[in-house]
Amino acid sequence: MIPQSHVIEVTYIIAVVLFILSLKWLSSPATARRGVWAGEVGMLLAIIGTLLYNGIVDYKWIAIALVLGAIIGVPLGNVQMTAVPQRTALSHAFGALCVTLVGTAEFYLRTPHVPTFVMSVLSLEVILGGLTFTGSLMAAGKLQEVLPQRPITYKGQNFVNLGMLAIAVVIAVMLVRDPGNTTLYPIMVGISLIFGIMMIIPIGGADMPTVISLLNSYAGLSAAAMGFVLNSKLLIVAGSLDGASGFILSVNMSKAMNRSFTNVLFGAFGQVQTAAAGAVEQRNVRSATPEEAAAILSAANKVVIVPGYGMAVAQAQHKVRELYDALTKRGVDVKFGIHPVAGRMPGHMNVLLAEADIPYDKLLDMDEINGELPQTDVALIIGANDVTNPAARTDASSPIYGMPILDVDKARTVMVIKRSMSPGFAGIDNPLYYLDNNLMLFGDAKQFVNSIVRELTGGGGH
Amino acid sequence: MVTVDLFNSLYVFILAAFIGFEVIRKVSPLLHTPLMSLTNALDAIAVVGAIILAGERKTTLSLILGTIAIVAATSNIVGGFIITDRMLKMFKSSRTQKP
Repeated sequence: MIPQSHVIEVTYIIAVVLFILSLKWLSSPATARRGVWAGEVGMLLAIIGTLLYNGIVDYKWIAIALVLGAIIGVPLGNVQMTAVPQRTALSHAFGALCVTLVGTAEFYLRTPHVPTFVMSVLSLEVILGGLTFTGSLMAAGKLQEVLPQRPITYKGQNFVNLGMLAIAVVIAVMLVRDPGNTTLYPIMVGISLIFGIMMIIPIGGADMPTVISLLNSYAGLSAAAMGFVLNSKLLIVAGSLDGASGFILSVNMSKAMNRSFTNVLFGAFGQVQTAAAGAVEQRNVRSATPEEAAAILSAANKVVIVPGYGMAVAQAQHKVRELYDALTKRGVDVKFGIHPVAGRMPGHMNVLLAEADIPYDKLLDMDEINGELPQTDVALIIGANDVTNPAARTDASSPIYGMPILDVDKARTVMVIKRSMSPGFAGIDNPLYYLDNNLMLFGDAKQFVNSIVRELTGGGGH
Repeated sequence: MVTVDLFNSLYVFILAAFIGFEVIRKVSPLLHTPLMSLTNALDAIAVVGAIILAGERKTTLSLILGTIAIVAATSNIVGGFIITDRMLKMFKSSRTQKP
Protein backbone atom coordinates (compact mmCIF):
# COMPACT_ATOMS: atom_id res chain seq x y z
CA MET A 1 0.00 0.00 0.00
CA ILE A 2 1.40 3.37 -0.99
CA PRO A 3 1.42 5.82 1.92
CA GLN A 4 -1.12 8.60 1.61
CA SER A 5 1.46 11.35 1.93
CA HIS A 6 3.19 9.99 -1.17
CA VAL A 7 -0.03 10.08 -3.15
CA ILE A 8 -0.49 13.71 -2.16
CA GLU A 9 3.09 14.56 -3.11
CA VAL A 10 2.60 12.93 -6.52
CA THR A 11 -0.48 15.03 -7.22
CA TYR A 12 1.56 18.11 -6.25
CA ILE A 13 4.42 17.17 -8.56
CA ILE A 14 2.04 16.65 -11.47
CA ALA A 15 0.41 19.99 -10.63
CA VAL A 16 3.79 21.74 -10.73
CA VAL A 17 4.56 20.26 -14.15
CA LEU A 18 1.15 21.29 -15.45
CA PHE A 19 1.55 24.83 -14.09
CA ILE A 20 4.84 25.29 -15.89
CA LEU A 21 3.41 23.84 -19.11
CA SER A 22 0.41 26.10 -18.67
CA LEU A 23 2.61 29.21 -18.80
CA LYS A 24 4.73 27.76 -21.59
CA TRP A 25 1.66 27.17 -23.77
CA LEU A 26 0.57 30.73 -23.12
CA SER A 27 3.48 31.95 -25.25
CA SER A 28 1.42 31.74 -28.43
CA PRO A 29 -2.28 32.43 -29.02
CA ALA A 30 -2.49 29.13 -30.90
CA THR A 31 -1.67 26.99 -27.84
CA ALA A 32 -2.78 29.39 -25.13
CA ARG A 33 -6.16 27.82 -24.39
CA ARG A 34 -4.44 24.48 -23.84
CA GLY A 35 -2.46 26.34 -21.17
CA VAL A 36 -5.62 27.25 -19.29
CA TRP A 37 -6.73 23.65 -19.46
CA ALA A 38 -3.40 22.44 -18.06
CA GLY A 39 -3.65 24.96 -15.24
CA GLU A 40 -7.16 23.83 -14.39
CA VAL A 41 -6.24 20.15 -14.30
CA GLY A 42 -3.18 20.88 -12.18
CA MET A 43 -5.24 22.93 -9.76
CA LEU A 44 -7.94 20.28 -9.48
CA LEU A 45 -5.37 17.54 -8.85
CA ALA A 46 -3.63 19.56 -6.16
CA ILE A 47 -6.90 20.32 -4.39
CA ILE A 48 -8.06 16.70 -4.52
CA GLY A 49 -4.66 15.59 -3.27
CA THR A 50 -4.89 18.03 -0.37
CA LEU A 51 -8.36 16.84 0.57
CA LEU A 52 -6.94 13.32 0.98
CA TYR A 53 -4.66 14.56 3.77
CA ASN A 54 -5.47 12.53 6.86
CA GLY A 55 -4.90 15.44 9.24
CA ILE A 56 -8.17 16.97 8.07
CA VAL A 57 -10.77 16.36 10.77
CA ASP A 58 -13.58 18.55 9.50
CA TYR A 59 -14.70 18.85 5.88
CA LYS A 60 -17.83 20.89 6.51
CA TRP A 61 -16.23 24.34 6.50
CA ILE A 62 -13.90 23.46 3.66
CA ALA A 63 -16.88 22.46 1.53
CA ILE A 64 -18.83 25.60 2.43
CA ALA A 65 -15.82 27.81 1.70
CA LEU A 66 -15.08 26.12 -1.64
CA VAL A 67 -18.69 26.55 -2.76
CA LEU A 68 -18.85 30.13 -1.55
CA GLY A 69 -15.57 30.96 -3.30
CA ALA A 70 -16.87 29.45 -6.53
CA ILE A 71 -20.08 31.48 -6.21
CA ILE A 72 -18.05 34.68 -5.86
CA GLY A 73 -15.59 33.61 -8.56
CA VAL A 74 -18.08 33.00 -11.37
CA PRO A 75 -19.31 36.62 -11.65
CA LEU A 76 -15.70 37.82 -11.24
CA GLY A 77 -14.79 35.67 -14.21
CA ASN A 78 -17.61 37.09 -16.29
CA VAL A 79 -17.03 40.82 -15.95
CA GLN A 80 -16.99 43.07 -19.02
CA MET A 81 -13.65 43.19 -20.81
CA THR A 82 -13.34 46.90 -20.06
CA ALA A 83 -13.48 46.03 -16.34
CA VAL A 84 -10.59 43.57 -16.55
CA PRO A 85 -8.00 45.92 -14.93
CA GLN A 86 -10.05 46.42 -11.77
CA ARG A 87 -10.96 42.73 -11.70
CA THR A 88 -7.28 41.88 -11.86
CA ALA A 89 -6.48 44.30 -9.04
CA LEU A 90 -9.28 42.76 -6.99
CA SER A 91 -7.96 39.26 -7.55
CA HIS A 92 -4.50 40.38 -6.40
CA ALA A 93 -6.24 41.60 -3.23
CA PHE A 94 -7.98 38.25 -2.72
CA GLY A 95 -4.78 36.30 -3.28
CA ALA A 96 -2.93 38.50 -0.80
CA LEU A 97 -5.80 38.22 1.69
CA CYS A 98 -5.59 34.43 1.61
CA VAL A 99 -1.84 34.51 2.18
CA THR A 100 -2.05 37.05 5.01
CA LEU A 101 -4.79 35.15 6.82
CA VAL A 102 -2.97 31.83 6.58
CA GLY A 103 0.24 33.47 7.78
CA THR A 104 -1.58 35.03 10.72
CA ALA A 105 -3.19 31.75 11.70
CA GLU A 106 0.19 30.00 11.48
CA PHE A 107 1.75 32.62 13.72
CA TYR A 108 -0.84 32.19 16.46
CA LEU A 109 -0.66 28.38 16.17
CA ARG A 110 3.10 28.29 16.50
CA THR A 111 3.92 31.17 18.85
CA PRO A 112 6.04 31.29 20.99
CA HIS A 113 8.08 28.47 19.41
CA VAL A 114 8.74 29.84 15.97
CA PRO A 115 12.23 29.15 14.58
CA THR A 116 14.14 32.25 13.47
CA PHE A 117 13.98 31.43 9.80
CA VAL A 118 10.28 30.60 9.80
CA MET A 119 9.47 33.80 11.66
CA SER A 120 11.50 35.81 9.15
CA VAL A 121 9.69 34.48 6.10
CA LEU A 122 6.37 34.60 7.94
CA SER A 123 6.93 38.31 8.59
CA LEU A 124 7.85 38.82 4.96
CA GLU A 125 4.73 36.90 3.95
CA VAL A 126 2.29 38.97 5.98
CA ILE A 127 3.97 42.34 5.33
CA LEU A 128 3.91 41.73 1.57
CA GLY A 129 0.48 40.14 1.79
CA GLY A 130 -0.95 42.95 3.89
CA LEU A 131 0.30 45.80 1.74
CA THR A 132 -0.73 43.97 -1.43
CA PHE A 133 -4.21 43.40 -0.03
CA THR A 134 -5.02 47.02 0.77
CA GLY A 135 -2.91 48.40 -2.08
CA SER A 136 -4.76 46.26 -4.61
CA LEU A 137 -8.13 47.22 -3.14
CA MET A 138 -7.12 50.88 -3.53
CA ALA A 139 -5.99 50.26 -7.10
CA ALA A 140 -9.25 48.46 -7.89
CA GLY A 141 -11.19 51.34 -6.33
CA LYS A 142 -9.34 53.90 -8.44
CA LEU A 143 -9.81 51.86 -11.60
CA GLN A 144 -13.52 51.35 -10.89
CA GLU A 145 -13.66 55.10 -10.19
CA VAL A 146 -15.23 54.68 -6.77
CA LEU A 147 -12.10 56.43 -5.49
CA PRO A 148 -10.60 59.61 -6.98
CA GLN A 149 -8.27 58.68 -9.83
CA ARG A 150 -6.20 61.80 -9.39
CA PRO A 151 -2.89 61.23 -7.59
CA ILE A 152 -3.08 62.70 -4.09
CA THR A 153 0.23 64.04 -2.85
CA TYR A 154 1.26 65.92 0.24
CA LYS A 155 4.48 67.24 1.65
CA GLY A 156 6.70 64.61 3.24
CA GLN A 157 4.71 61.78 1.68
CA ASN A 158 7.72 59.68 0.80
CA PHE A 159 9.15 60.22 4.25
CA VAL A 160 5.92 59.04 5.89
CA ASN A 161 5.62 56.00 3.60
CA LEU A 162 9.22 54.90 3.94
CA GLY A 163 9.02 55.51 7.68
CA MET A 164 6.04 53.21 7.98
CA LEU A 165 7.73 50.50 6.00
CA ALA A 166 10.83 50.86 8.16
CA ILE A 167 8.78 50.52 11.35
CA ALA A 168 7.12 47.37 10.00
CA VAL A 169 10.55 45.90 9.25
CA VAL A 170 11.86 46.82 12.71
CA ILE A 171 8.85 45.13 14.33
CA ALA A 172 9.47 42.09 12.14
CA VAL A 173 13.06 41.92 13.40
CA MET A 174 11.82 42.21 16.98
CA LEU A 175 9.36 39.38 16.36
CA VAL A 176 12.08 37.21 14.89
CA ARG A 177 14.05 37.69 18.08
CA ASP A 178 11.00 37.21 20.31
CA PRO A 179 8.29 35.22 18.48
CA GLY A 180 6.24 35.01 21.66
CA ASN A 181 5.35 38.69 21.52
CA THR A 182 1.74 38.46 20.41
CA THR A 183 1.07 42.19 20.86
CA LEU A 184 3.67 43.21 18.29
CA TYR A 185 2.28 40.94 15.60
CA PRO A 186 -1.03 42.75 15.00
CA ILE A 187 0.84 46.08 14.94
CA MET A 188 3.10 44.78 12.19
CA VAL A 189 0.14 43.58 10.12
CA GLY A 190 -1.74 46.81 10.79
CA ILE A 191 1.15 48.95 9.59
CA SER A 192 1.54 46.95 6.41
CA LEU A 193 -2.18 47.30 5.73
CA ILE A 194 -1.99 51.07 6.16
CA PHE A 195 1.19 51.22 4.09
CA GLY A 196 -0.65 49.54 1.21
CA ILE A 197 -3.23 52.34 1.20
CA MET A 198 -0.66 55.12 1.51
CA MET A 199 1.45 53.60 -1.25
CA ILE A 200 -1.37 53.83 -3.82
CA ILE A 201 -2.70 57.28 -2.83
CA PRO A 202 -0.12 59.18 -4.95
CA ILE A 203 -0.53 56.85 -7.96
CA GLY A 204 -2.38 58.21 -10.99
CA GLY A 205 -4.26 56.30 -13.65
CA ALA A 206 -1.41 56.42 -16.16
CA ASP A 207 0.87 54.59 -13.71
CA MET A 208 -1.63 51.79 -13.15
CA PRO A 209 -0.04 49.31 -15.59
CA THR A 210 3.22 49.43 -13.63
CA VAL A 211 1.53 49.36 -10.25
CA ILE A 212 -0.75 46.43 -11.10
CA SER A 213 2.26 44.49 -12.34
CA LEU A 214 4.18 45.30 -9.19
CA LEU A 215 1.28 44.22 -6.97
CA ASN A 216 1.07 41.05 -9.04
CA SER A 217 4.70 40.40 -8.26
CA TYR A 218 4.20 41.06 -4.54
CA ALA A 219 1.20 38.72 -4.44
CA GLY A 220 3.34 35.98 -5.98
CA LEU A 221 6.28 36.58 -3.66
CA SER A 222 4.07 36.54 -0.58
CA ALA A 223 2.64 33.20 -1.72
CA ALA A 224 6.17 31.87 -2.22
CA ALA A 225 7.04 33.05 1.31
CA MET A 226 3.98 31.17 2.54
CA GLY A 227 5.41 28.11 0.80
CA PHE A 228 8.60 28.51 2.86
CA VAL A 229 6.57 28.78 6.08
CA LEU A 230 4.45 25.72 5.31
CA ASN A 231 7.38 23.92 3.70
CA SER A 232 5.26 23.42 0.59
CA LYS A 233 7.25 23.16 -2.63
CA LEU A 234 4.10 23.42 -4.71
CA LEU A 235 3.37 26.81 -3.23
CA ILE A 236 6.95 27.98 -3.64
CA VAL A 237 6.88 27.09 -7.33
CA ALA A 238 3.47 28.65 -8.03
CA GLY A 239 4.37 31.74 -6.01
CA SER A 240 7.70 32.27 -7.71
CA LEU A 241 6.17 31.77 -11.17
CA ASP A 242 3.63 34.46 -10.34
CA GLY A 243 6.30 36.65 -8.78
CA ALA A 244 8.54 36.28 -11.84
CA SER A 245 5.68 37.09 -14.17
CA GLY A 246 4.73 40.21 -12.22
CA PHE A 247 8.37 41.25 -12.08
CA ILE A 248 8.92 40.89 -15.82
CA LEU A 249 5.76 42.87 -16.53
CA SER A 250 6.78 45.58 -14.06
CA VAL A 251 10.17 45.92 -15.74
CA ASN A 252 8.49 46.08 -19.17
CA MET A 253 6.09 48.75 -18.01
CA SER A 254 8.77 50.83 -16.31
CA LYS A 255 10.95 50.66 -19.40
CA ALA A 256 8.00 51.67 -21.55
CA MET A 257 7.61 54.76 -19.38
CA ASN A 258 11.33 55.33 -19.00
CA ARG A 259 10.97 55.32 -15.24
CA SER A 260 12.32 53.22 -12.42
CA PHE A 261 10.14 51.35 -9.90
CA THR A 262 11.09 53.79 -7.20
CA ASN A 263 10.17 56.65 -9.47
CA VAL A 264 6.72 55.15 -10.09
CA LEU A 265 6.12 54.48 -6.40
CA PHE A 266 7.73 57.55 -4.95
CA GLY A 267 7.96 59.93 -7.89
CA ALA A 268 4.48 61.47 -7.68
CA PHE A 269 4.30 62.19 -11.39
CA GLY A 270 1.44 64.65 -10.92
CA GLN A 271 3.60 67.35 -9.39
CA VAL A 272 5.97 67.65 -12.33
CA GLN A 273 3.13 67.88 -14.76
CA THR A 274 1.22 70.76 -13.28
CA ALA A 275 4.40 72.77 -13.67
CA ALA A 276 4.80 71.72 -17.30
CA ALA A 277 1.18 72.40 -18.16
CA GLY A 278 1.61 76.09 -17.37
CA ALA A 279 3.90 76.57 -20.36
CA VAL A 280 1.24 75.99 -23.02
CA GLU A 281 1.27 78.64 -25.71
CA GLN A 282 -1.21 79.47 -28.43
CA ARG A 283 -0.26 77.74 -31.63
CA ASN A 284 -1.97 76.79 -34.83
CA VAL A 285 -4.10 73.69 -34.78
CA ARG A 286 -5.83 72.26 -37.82
CA SER A 287 -8.99 70.26 -37.46
CA ALA A 288 -11.09 68.17 -39.81
CA THR A 289 -14.65 66.91 -40.10
CA PRO A 290 -15.64 63.22 -40.29
CA GLU A 291 -16.22 63.62 -44.05
CA GLU A 292 -12.68 64.94 -44.59
CA ALA A 293 -11.23 62.26 -42.33
CA ALA A 294 -13.09 59.55 -44.25
CA ALA A 295 -11.83 60.93 -47.56
CA ILE A 296 -8.23 60.92 -46.37
CA LEU A 297 -8.53 57.43 -44.92
CA SER A 298 -10.09 55.94 -48.03
CA ALA A 299 -7.36 57.47 -50.19
CA ALA A 300 -4.65 55.83 -48.07
CA ASN A 301 -2.85 52.60 -48.80
CA LYS A 302 -1.66 51.97 -45.29
CA VAL A 303 -3.32 53.07 -42.07
CA VAL A 304 -2.08 52.54 -38.52
CA ILE A 305 -4.59 52.96 -35.70
CA VAL A 306 -3.18 53.79 -32.28
CA PRO A 307 -5.66 53.06 -29.49
CA GLY A 308 -5.34 54.29 -25.93
CA TYR A 309 -7.27 54.31 -22.70
CA GLY A 310 -9.66 56.89 -24.20
CA MET A 311 -10.90 54.23 -26.60
CA ALA A 312 -11.73 51.96 -23.67
CA VAL A 313 -13.48 54.76 -21.80
CA ALA A 314 -15.60 55.64 -24.84
CA GLN A 315 -16.28 51.91 -25.44
CA ALA A 316 -15.30 52.61 -29.03
CA GLN A 317 -13.61 49.29 -29.82
CA HIS A 318 -16.57 47.84 -31.71
CA LYS A 319 -16.88 50.97 -33.83
CA VAL A 320 -13.15 50.74 -34.48
CA ARG A 321 -13.74 47.22 -35.73
CA GLU A 322 -16.35 48.59 -38.17
CA LEU A 323 -13.83 51.14 -39.35
CA TYR A 324 -11.27 48.37 -39.78
CA ASP A 325 -13.78 46.38 -41.85
CA ALA A 326 -14.80 49.34 -43.99
CA LEU A 327 -11.19 50.27 -44.77
CA THR A 328 -10.05 46.68 -45.33
CA LYS A 329 -12.93 46.20 -47.78
CA ARG A 330 -11.58 49.16 -49.75
CA GLY A 331 -8.20 47.50 -49.93
CA VAL A 332 -6.54 49.67 -47.29
CA ASP A 333 -3.92 47.89 -45.19
CA VAL A 334 -4.95 48.55 -41.58
CA LYS A 335 -2.78 47.72 -38.59
CA PHE A 336 -2.84 48.64 -34.94
CA GLY A 337 0.09 50.05 -32.99
CA ILE A 338 -0.05 49.14 -29.32
CA HIS A 339 2.16 50.88 -26.80
CA PRO A 340 3.05 48.67 -23.79
CA VAL A 341 1.46 51.11 -21.34
CA ALA A 342 -1.62 51.93 -23.42
CA GLY A 343 -4.60 51.40 -21.16
CA ARG A 344 -4.63 50.54 -17.51
CA MET A 345 -2.82 47.19 -17.45
CA PRO A 346 -0.33 45.29 -19.60
CA GLY A 347 -2.02 44.00 -22.74
CA HIS A 348 -5.26 45.88 -22.03
CA MET A 349 -5.73 47.19 -25.59
CA ASN A 350 -5.06 43.80 -27.18
CA VAL A 351 -7.85 42.23 -25.17
CA LEU A 352 -10.35 44.96 -26.05
CA LEU A 353 -9.50 44.79 -29.75
CA ALA A 354 -9.58 41.00 -29.75
CA GLU A 355 -12.99 41.22 -28.12
CA ALA A 356 -14.08 43.38 -31.05
CA ASP A 357 -12.94 40.52 -33.34
CA ILE A 358 -9.90 42.24 -34.76
CA PRO A 359 -7.42 39.52 -35.78
CA TYR A 360 -4.44 39.43 -33.44
CA ASP A 361 -1.87 39.41 -36.23
CA LYS A 362 -2.96 43.00 -36.98
CA LEU A 363 -2.03 44.08 -33.44
CA LEU A 364 1.61 45.10 -33.45
CA ASP A 365 3.72 46.13 -30.52
CA MET A 366 5.74 49.33 -30.37
CA ASP A 367 8.99 48.10 -31.93
CA GLU A 368 7.25 46.39 -34.83
CA ILE A 369 4.98 49.29 -35.69
CA ASN A 370 7.68 51.95 -35.36
CA GLY A 371 9.46 50.28 -38.26
CA GLU A 372 6.37 50.71 -40.40
CA LEU A 373 5.18 54.17 -39.42
CA PRO A 374 7.47 56.11 -41.82
CA GLN A 375 5.81 54.24 -44.72
CA THR A 376 2.34 54.82 -43.33
CA ASP A 377 -0.11 57.17 -45.02
CA VAL A 378 -2.37 57.84 -42.07
CA ALA A 379 -1.82 57.29 -38.35
CA LEU A 380 -5.18 57.52 -36.57
CA ILE A 381 -4.93 58.05 -32.83
CA ILE A 382 -7.95 57.17 -30.76
CA GLY A 383 -7.84 58.09 -27.11
CA ALA A 384 -4.06 57.92 -26.72
CA ASN A 385 -1.93 60.92 -25.85
CA ASP A 386 1.35 60.66 -23.98
CA VAL A 387 2.46 57.52 -25.83
CA THR A 388 2.44 59.52 -29.08
CA ASN A 389 4.07 62.69 -27.73
CA PRO A 390 7.17 63.54 -29.79
CA ALA A 391 8.43 65.70 -26.91
CA ALA A 392 9.57 62.42 -25.37
CA ARG A 393 12.15 62.24 -28.17
CA THR A 394 13.11 65.87 -28.53
CA ASP A 395 12.33 67.99 -25.46
CA ALA A 396 14.71 67.28 -22.58
CA SER A 397 12.62 69.46 -20.27
CA SER A 398 9.49 67.37 -20.77
CA PRO A 399 8.50 65.16 -17.84
CA ILE A 400 8.20 62.23 -20.23
CA TYR A 401 11.52 62.88 -22.01
CA GLY A 402 13.21 59.59 -22.89
CA MET A 403 10.04 57.54 -22.78
CA PRO A 404 9.82 55.28 -25.85
CA ILE A 405 6.88 56.40 -27.96
CA LEU A 406 5.02 55.40 -31.09
CA ASP A 407 6.54 57.56 -33.85
CA VAL A 408 3.18 58.56 -35.31
CA ASP A 409 4.54 61.95 -36.37
CA LYS A 410 6.57 60.12 -39.04
CA ALA A 411 3.40 59.07 -40.86
CA ARG A 412 2.36 61.21 -43.83
CA THR A 413 -0.79 62.36 -42.07
CA VAL A 414 -1.67 62.11 -38.40
CA MET A 415 -5.24 62.29 -37.19
CA VAL A 416 -6.10 62.54 -33.51
CA ILE A 417 -9.58 61.95 -32.17
CA LYS A 418 -9.88 63.98 -29.00
CA ARG A 419 -12.63 65.75 -27.11
CA SER A 420 -10.85 69.09 -26.86
CA MET A 421 -7.39 70.62 -26.80
CA SER A 422 -7.16 70.39 -23.02
CA PRO A 423 -4.13 68.38 -21.96
CA GLY A 424 -5.14 64.83 -21.09
CA PHE A 425 -5.01 62.97 -17.85
CA ALA A 426 -1.27 63.38 -17.44
CA GLY A 427 -1.52 67.12 -18.12
CA ILE A 428 1.42 67.25 -20.52
CA ASP A 429 1.09 69.36 -23.65
CA ASN A 430 1.51 67.36 -26.85
CA PRO A 431 3.44 69.19 -29.62
CA LEU A 432 2.15 66.58 -32.06
CA TYR A 433 -1.13 68.48 -32.23
CA TYR A 434 0.58 71.56 -33.69
CA LEU A 435 2.49 69.76 -36.46
CA ASP A 436 1.71 70.58 -40.07
CA ASN A 437 0.80 67.00 -40.89
CA ASN A 438 -1.58 66.69 -37.97
CA LEU A 439 -5.36 66.99 -38.05
CA MET A 440 -7.45 67.14 -34.91
CA LEU A 441 -10.78 65.33 -35.03
CA PHE A 442 -12.72 66.89 -32.18
CA GLY A 443 -15.42 64.77 -30.63
CA ASP A 444 -16.30 61.65 -28.71
CA ALA A 445 -14.21 58.72 -29.92
CA LYS A 446 -17.15 56.39 -30.45
CA GLN A 447 -19.35 58.93 -32.24
CA PHE A 448 -16.53 60.24 -34.39
CA VAL A 449 -15.43 56.80 -35.54
CA ASN A 450 -19.07 56.02 -36.21
CA SER A 451 -19.40 59.14 -38.41
CA ILE A 452 -16.29 58.14 -40.36
CA VAL A 453 -17.64 54.61 -40.84
CA ARG A 454 -20.95 55.99 -42.09
CA GLU A 455 -19.11 58.16 -44.59
CA LEU A 456 -17.07 55.20 -45.78
CA THR A 457 -19.92 52.69 -46.08
CA GLY A 458 -22.77 55.00 -47.08
CA GLY A 459 -22.71 57.71 -49.74
CA GLY A 460 -23.18 55.40 -52.74
CA GLY A 461 -19.91 53.49 -52.62
CA HIS A 462 -17.82 56.54 -52.17
CA MET B 1 16.04 19.46 10.19
CA VAL B 2 14.89 23.04 9.84
CA THR B 3 18.01 24.03 7.93
CA VAL B 4 17.63 21.07 5.56
CA ASP B 5 14.09 22.21 4.78
CA LEU B 6 15.30 25.73 4.35
CA PHE B 7 17.93 24.83 1.80
CA ASN B 8 15.57 22.51 -0.05
CA SER B 9 13.03 25.29 -0.22
CA LEU B 10 15.64 27.77 -1.43
CA TYR B 11 16.73 25.41 -4.21
CA VAL B 12 13.13 25.03 -5.33
CA PHE B 13 12.54 28.77 -5.17
CA ILE B 14 15.60 29.65 -7.20
CA LEU B 15 14.99 27.00 -9.86
CA ALA B 16 11.32 27.92 -10.14
CA ALA B 17 12.18 31.60 -10.47
CA PHE B 18 14.58 30.83 -13.32
CA ILE B 19 12.00 28.67 -15.08
CA GLY B 20 9.45 31.41 -14.54
CA PHE B 21 11.69 34.06 -16.09
CA GLU B 22 12.55 31.90 -19.10
CA VAL B 23 9.00 30.77 -19.78
CA ILE B 24 7.30 34.09 -19.19
CA ARG B 25 9.82 36.10 -21.20
CA LYS B 26 8.55 34.21 -24.24
CA VAL B 27 4.92 35.22 -23.70
CA SER B 28 3.95 37.70 -26.42
CA PRO B 29 2.95 41.20 -25.21
CA LEU B 30 -0.29 40.44 -27.01
CA LEU B 31 -1.23 38.09 -24.18
CA HIS B 32 0.02 40.02 -21.18
CA THR B 33 -3.45 40.54 -19.74
CA PRO B 34 -4.39 36.83 -19.91
CA LEU B 35 -0.91 36.07 -18.54
CA MET B 36 -1.68 38.12 -15.48
CA SER B 37 -5.07 36.54 -14.90
CA LEU B 38 -3.68 33.05 -15.44
CA THR B 39 -0.74 33.46 -13.07
CA ASN B 40 -3.22 34.89 -10.61
CA ALA B 41 -5.35 31.78 -10.81
CA LEU B 42 -2.28 29.55 -10.45
CA ASP B 43 -1.06 31.62 -7.51
CA ALA B 44 -4.33 30.80 -5.76
CA ILE B 45 -2.86 27.34 -5.20
CA ALA B 46 -2.34 28.89 -1.76
CA VAL B 47 -5.77 27.37 -1.22
CA VAL B 48 -4.06 24.06 -0.32
CA GLY B 49 -2.48 25.72 2.71
CA ALA B 50 -5.82 27.20 3.67
CA ILE B 51 -7.61 23.85 3.27
CA ILE B 52 -5.18 22.15 5.64
CA LEU B 53 -5.45 25.01 8.11
CA ALA B 54 -9.24 24.95 8.17
CA GLY B 55 -9.42 21.15 8.01
CA GLU B 56 -7.08 20.56 10.93
CA ARG B 57 -9.20 22.93 13.02
CA LYS B 58 -6.56 23.28 15.71
CA THR B 59 -8.09 26.46 17.10
CA THR B 60 -11.25 28.44 16.38
CA LEU B 61 -9.09 31.26 15.04
CA SER B 62 -7.31 29.01 12.57
CA LEU B 63 -10.64 27.56 11.42
CA ILE B 64 -12.12 31.03 10.81
CA LEU B 65 -9.05 32.47 9.10
CA GLY B 66 -8.57 29.30 7.07
CA THR B 67 -12.17 29.29 5.91
CA ILE B 68 -12.07 32.92 4.78
CA ALA B 69 -8.75 32.22 3.06
CA ILE B 70 -10.30 29.30 1.13
CA VAL B 71 -13.15 31.54 -0.04
CA ALA B 72 -10.71 34.23 -1.22
CA ALA B 73 -8.42 31.79 -3.03
CA THR B 74 -11.24 29.76 -4.60
CA SER B 75 -12.83 32.89 -6.04
CA ASN B 76 -9.47 33.63 -7.67
CA ILE B 77 -9.16 30.12 -9.06
CA VAL B 78 -12.66 30.03 -10.52
CA GLY B 79 -12.75 33.66 -11.67
CA GLY B 80 -9.18 33.61 -12.96
CA PHE B 81 -9.56 30.52 -15.13
CA ILE B 82 -12.94 31.64 -16.49
CA ILE B 83 -11.78 35.09 -17.53
CA THR B 84 -8.48 33.85 -18.95
CA ASP B 85 -10.30 31.37 -21.15
CA ARG B 86 -12.85 34.01 -22.18
CA MET B 87 -10.05 36.34 -23.23
CA LEU B 88 -8.06 33.71 -25.09
CA LYS B 89 -11.16 32.57 -26.96
CA MET B 90 -11.36 36.06 -28.46
CA PHE B 91 -7.88 36.04 -29.97
CA LYS B 92 -8.26 34.94 -33.58
CA SER B 93 -5.82 35.27 -36.42
CA SER B 94 -6.94 36.71 -39.75
CA ARG B 95 -6.15 33.40 -41.43
CA THR B 96 -8.53 31.32 -39.33
CA GLN B 97 -11.12 34.05 -39.19
CA LYS B 98 -11.76 34.63 -42.88
CA PRO B 99 -13.87 31.91 -44.52
